[in-house]
Amino acid sequence: MTLLELFWSFLQVGLFSIGGGYAAMPLIQAQVVETHPWLTMREFTDLITIAEMTPGPIAINSATFVGIRIAGLPGAVIATFGCILPSLLIVSVLAKVYYKYKGAKALDTVLSCLRPAVVALIAGAGLSILVTVLFGESAWSLQNVDWIGAALFLAAFLALRKCKWNPILVMALCGALGLAANLLFFGLPA
Amino acid sequence: MSEKRARVPKGKLLWQLFSSMFYISTFTFGGGFVIITFMQRKFVDGLHWIDEKEMLDLAALAQSSPGAIAVNAAILVGWRVGGGLGMAAAVVGTILPPMIILSVISLFYAAFAANPYVALVLRGMQAGVAAVILDVVCSLGRGVVKERSALAIALMAAAFLATAVFDVNVIFIILAAALVGVGKILYLRRKEGAK
Repeated sequence: MTLLELFWSFLQVGLFSIGGGYAAMPLIQAQVVETHPWLTMREFTDLITIAEMTPGPIAINSATFVGIRIAGLPGAVIATFGCILPSLLIVSVLAKVYYKYKGAKALDTVLSCLRPAVVALIAGAGLSILVTVLFGESAWSLQNVDWIGAALFLAAFLALRKCKWNPILVMALCGALGLAANLLFFGLPA
Repeated sequence: MSEKRARVPKGKLLWQLFSSMFYISTFTFGGGFVIITFMQRKFVDGLHWIDEKEMLDLAALAQSSPGAIAVNAAILVGWRVGGGLGMAAAVVGTILPPMIILSVISLFYAAFAANPYVALVLRGMQAGVAAVILDVVCSLGRGVVKERSALAIALMAAAFLATAVFDVNVIFIILAAALVGVGKILYLRRKEGAK
C-alpha cells in the first residue's frame, strides 16, 4: 500500500514539474509534507539542503530519500521509477510532435503561460522554507524569530544577488557560520 | 552524424552511453542546464554522435517536457543514439549516482540530524538554501517581468496569490496555467483566421 502511494505521489511530481530543477520543489512539498505525513517541514528543508549540496535532480534526490525512509530500498526504487515514468512516456511523444508536425510554436505558447506560474510556485516554496528558517515549527511572532538564521539569510542573499557568489560556497559558509554563531551566543549544545 | 556511431558495436555503444551519463551525473552540481552543456561536450564535441543543431533541439525539448531536465535529456540522447536500449542505458546511468548518494545519506540522516553540532550546521545551511532559492526566484521573476507581457505578469501574480495566500493545490495551478496557454493558442489561431 505504502509502495503504491509512494509510486503515485512521485508520478504526480514527475508529471507536473515542468521547467526543471526547482519546478519540482513545490510539488514535492505538496506530496510529502502536506498530502502525506512523510516528512516534517524541517525535514523537507533538510532534504532540499542535501539535494542542493549533492549532484542530481531534486526530484530524483527526493524520491530516493523519501522512498528509503518510508519503505526502504524498494521504496526508493519505486518512487524514483514513478518520478521518471511520465518523462519516459511524454518525452518520446513530444519529440515526435516536435519533428513531425512542427508543433513547436504551440508548445512554446503553452510554456510561455506555464513559466510565470511555475516561478510563482517556486517563490511560494522558497518562502515556506524561509519561514521554517525564521520560526522553525513555532508560531510567527517576533519572540520566536531565530535571529542567527535571519542574519545568515540576509547575508547570503546579498552575497548571491550583489556579489554573485557560488551557491554551494554560500551554503557551506552559512553552515559553518551558523554553528560558530550558535556556539558563541548560546554555548555548547546540551 | 550517424556515421561515427554506426561503426561502434552495440554493446560498446550502450556501455559508453551508460558510463558517460554516470560520470556526467556524478560530477554535475547545479541542475539541468549545467548537465546539458556537459552532455554537449561529450556527445557532440567528444564522440561526434550527435550534431550541434540536433543537440540544441534536444535541449529545448528536454526543458519543455515534464520531469527533471537531466533525465529528459538522457532519454532523448539515449533514444537518438541507441534506440530503446540506449534510452534505458542513458537513464539508468543518469539516475544511479544520485540514488546511491541519497541512499547512503538517508541511512545516516537520522543519526546525523540528531547530533546537536550537525543540526546547527544544517540550520545554518537552510538559511543559505532559502537565500539561493529566493535569489533564483528574483532572476526568474525579473525575466518574466522583462517580457512586458501583461498576461504573463497577471499569471505570475495570480499563481502566487493562489499558492501563498489561498493554499490552492499546486497541480490545479499548473493545469490552470496550461489551460490559459491553450486558450491563447485558440485565440491566436482565430485572429490569424480572421485576417
